[in-house]
Order: sequence, then structure tokens, then C-alpha cells
Amino acid sequence: MNAATKKVLANRSDWNIIAGWVQPGERVLDLGCGDGSLLKLLIEQRGARGYGVEIDAQGVLASIKNSINVVQADIDRGLAEFEDNAFEHVVLSRTLQTVKHTENTLREMLRVGREAVVSVPNFGYWKNRQAVLNGRMPVSEDLPYQWYDTPNVRFFTLADFEALCEQLGIVIRTREVLDAKGQPVHEEHNFLGSLGVYRIAKR
Amino acid sequence: MTIQTATQTSGVGLVEAQRAHFDEPLTLRSGQVMPAYDLVYETYGTLNADGSNAILVCHALSGHHHVAGHYVDQPKNIGWWDNIIGPGRPLDTDKFFIVGVNNLGGCHGSTGPASINPATGKPWGADFPVVTVIDWVHTQARLADRLGIKCWAAVIGGSLGGMQALRWSVTYPERVKHTIVIAAAPYLTAQNIAFNDVARQAILTDPEFYGGNYYEHNARPVRGLRLARMLGHITYLSDDQMGEKFGRGLRNDNLSFGFDVDFQIESYLHYQGDKFAGYFDANTYLLMTRALDYFDPSREENGDLTAVMRRASSDFLVVSFTTDWRFSPERSREIVSALLAAEKNVSYAEIDLAFGHDSFLLDDPYYHAVIDAYLKKVQA
Repeated sequence: MNAATKKVLANRSDWNIIAGWVQPGERVLDLGCGDGSLLKLLIEQRGARGYGVEIDAQGVLASIKNSINVVQADIDRGLAEFEDNAFEHVVLSRTLQTVKHTENTLREMLRVGREAVVSVPNFGYWKNRQAVLNGRMPVSEDLPYQWYDTPNVRFFTLADFEALCEQLGIVIRTREVLDAKGQPVHEEHNFLGSLGVYRIAKR
Repeated sequence: MTIQTATQTSGVGLVEAQRAHFDEPLTLRSGQVMPAYDLVYETYGTLNADGSNAILVCHALSGHHHVAGHYVDQPKNIGWWDNIIGPGRPLDTDKFFIVGVNNLGGCHGSTGPASINPATGKPWGADFPVVTVIDWVHTQARLADRLGIKCWAAVIGGSLGGMQALRWSVTYPERVKHTIVIAAAPYLTAQNIAFNDVARQAILTDPEFYGGNYYEHNARPVRGLRLARMLGHITYLSDDQMGEKFGRGLRNDNLSFGFDVDFQIESYLHYQGDKFAGYFDANTYLLMTRALDYFDPSREENGDLTAVMRRASSDFLVVSFTTDWRFSPERSREIVSALLAAEKNVSYAEIDLAFGHDSFLLDDPYYHAVIDAYLKKVQA
């Protein structure tokens, strides 16, 4: 397995969890859908239907090539194109940390969807903490960027995310936490977990 | 600036215009009846046995049926959207059968204000009925019948052509599989109607207009038409692009301290205005701008565009351009929103091109890749 394939597979460790939460026929909105691969998986394997939102032109083109319905838009400007409760699930996979207007994004997701599915890298993961203790910004499986080329603009831990949900009146329905190898973490999730995958809803 | 296609090699090569005559009277949206009419059209590629591989290309305000290729006696007269049509191009003539039609009321061969009104034996002139987008769609449907096309694989158009495509999708839902709407809007804003009004006033107040019956006076409202085109042209370009190309550049080195052409932009606009006024019919310009003003399919559902779009059964691709301010991305997003609310399959690309509204005619690799990727999925 070459490095690129490894990276892709690692990046998809949350997809099986997300796929497990989607029932046949349900409507899914995938925010930051990239080339549409996750939606394609949900459509083909889970019988879902839906749309992707992508800001990047190459992602839009790739999604069209993938036969995915894709709407080019900037999530940070809200989801005005979409009606209230239009989707069973609104997915934001590994993207919340790249969004500037975090609170508005979460509110918008829960406006257009009955449930939001959010996966976030954990800056509190022990390897990341170790990197900072050693005086360097973390670079890890789920945070693969250098500080100078990262698209991430918000740096938070799973505990931070959960605190924000509490503050915004958002209920966490389910939480799955994975380590850097994509294996489930059952204890000390904010320390041992590299990626958190959440189902959240309005209280 | 205006996209010149004359230097490109033609994808489809030699083409010929054809003419279809329709005797069955057509009741227009206005209630008036066209007793009979001609449509000129061109086709590229081959219609397959079940007539399922046809794409209709709808033209914009000043367009026509000569969409691609060139004529045997006019090698430099290359179709207005030649860059996207041909073997291996996004509108692939190896796969699709492409149809371009000159709209009713046009001035390129289809029955229009300059045609002879059989009732009077004189040119229609001011008596030519006001035609609307839905009227064009009905005439195009009759042409499709004539050509043996039960259902279009796709209907595509930019600007006013995009509005026709949108109209097709809700007027004949069973006859459109894919609708591609480029640089269009669900209806015109007040500002947009205002631009059209100034253009029309320029024509209507030209002393050579003679109430629309200038043909019999051997006159043409060239000045008015020229002004109308100059105004329109400004709105088709982006401020940045105009600044980059012309800036404050002077035609000669010195200011004239008079009102002749000093700036390059003046020279350019005058040239464009003169060229257009030399061949286009002023009455057609009036009709086309009015069709734009009147376009608003949501009227049929008390302003609810979503309710209208629910009638459609096609899939959609909507495309806009970031620097287009005549039909801005916001207007395309209105269409997208309605399609999303109507739960239609839709993709939307907002393409970063510098050429304003005219970008839709541009031979840009990314733009064409988007159209190509979409049409690759379309079953012929």
C-alpha cells in the first residue's frame, strides 16, 4: 500500500460510521463534499439521495464527473440555498475546523437537517499534545498539514467541541471516537482519540 | 472582449441552414395568432434511430441558428458557439445531434418583423406580434416533431437562451431529459428591465423608426440600434475586464478637447455599435428585449418558482460566472434554490471568469470541462 492510498483510507475512517447512520431513501446533504466520494458511497451502498456542497472548482468538476449533485457554494456564507428540514442528515466530514463561522455553520446545519453528522480532528489527541510539549505544532494522521499550509482555521479538541454544543443547545446523540489508525476508542476519548464522529441535533 | 470565434478551426466544418414552414396557426401568449411561419435551423451530427440523442441549443438576444461550423460561400462566418460543438468537444457531434434554431421574430431567416405579412403583402413591421419565451418553446417543439425528436437529451442555452432552456423544462417536462441553464435568471430585475427600456427608447425615438414601419420608408433606425447595442455591450462586460483592456487609454496621444472619440473604450463601443446596427433588425431587438422582460415562469404559480420547477422532470446543470453582473450568480442561485426545494437533481457551478456576462461564449478549459463532464453522463 503506497502512502497516498494509506492517506485516502485513513481519511475515510469516519465514512463507515457515517454510512451506518444513514437509512435507505434518506436525504443527505454533504458539506465540503470534495469529489463527491462519500455521497457516492452513501448513494450506492445505503440507497441515500442528496446533494454535495463544495467551494473548490476542481471538487465541483470531480463531483459532476462522479455523477453527484453538487452545488458550488461557500459554507461560511450559510446555507441559504436550502430550505428548513430538507434533509435527514447534514454531513460535515473533517471540515468544521476549516470553517470560520463555526457557530453559524452548526446552526445552519441543524436548520436544513433534522440531524447533523460532524467529524472533527482532535487537537487534544495525545500525539498532538506531545508535539506541542516538544515545542512544535502537531502534524498527524488526522491533521496532516504543516502550520503554514493548513486549510484549518479553528483549532479545538473534542472536549471543546462538546462544550460548544452544550452552549448552543445542541444535543449529542451519538459519539464515536477513533484513534489515528481508525480503531474505536472507548476511554479517555479526548486524549486517546484522533477523530471524533458525532450525530448532533437541536435540543 | 466580445468573444471572437473567427480564428478557431471549425469542429463541424461545412454546414447548411435549413428552413421549415409551419401552417398550423400558433396562438401566442399575448392571445394573438401567428397563422403560419418559417423557422430556419441548422443541425450537426446524426440523429439516432430512436431520436434520443438530440440537443437543442437556444440562442440569446442577438443570436441565431448558425451555432457552429461555416458556410461553403462564407468560410469566415463561423457559428457563434462553435468552440463548444464538434467531434470530441463538450457538445460532441459524434454522440449527439445538435439543433440550433433562429427564434420566431428573429432577423436571420425565421419569420420576423422584416418578413412579408401575407395579410398585407408588406413587411410585418410594427404589426408583428410580441413573442415571448414560451412561444419560442412551442415553435421549437413543433420543429422537434418535424425532425422526429420526441424527447431532447438536453436543452442548453446561455442568457436568454438559458431562460428558454428553463422554460422548456417546465412546459414540456416529458420532452427534456437534461436542462443546462447558463448565465441566466428566473426573471429580470427592475435594473435589468431598465437597461432594456433605455435600449428600446433609443430605437423607438429614432426619427428613422417610423413607428416600426421603417422598411417601407427605405429607412433603418441605425442610430437608435447602435445606442441600444452600445448600452447592452457595456452590461455584458465586467468593469475589471474593461479596465484591463482599455483603461483610460487614448486613441491618439492627445486629448481633443471636443466630443469626438478620445478614449479607446469609446472607439471600441462605437465599432461594436456600428457593426451590430449594420446587420441586426431594430424590431427584432425590441421583441427580444421584451421577451426578456416578460420572462417569469413563476407567474404561473403566483410567484412561487419552486412550485413551477416541481413540474420539471429533467435533471439540471446551472452555471454562472463570478464577474457577470447583468445576470449575476445570485440570480442563478435563485434557480438552484428552487430546484433544490423541488428536489430535482441539480448541479451548480459558479465559474471564476473575467469576461462578465459574455463569459458564457468563452472557450475556457474549466468551463468547457464542466459542460463536458455533465454531458458525458447524458445518455444519448
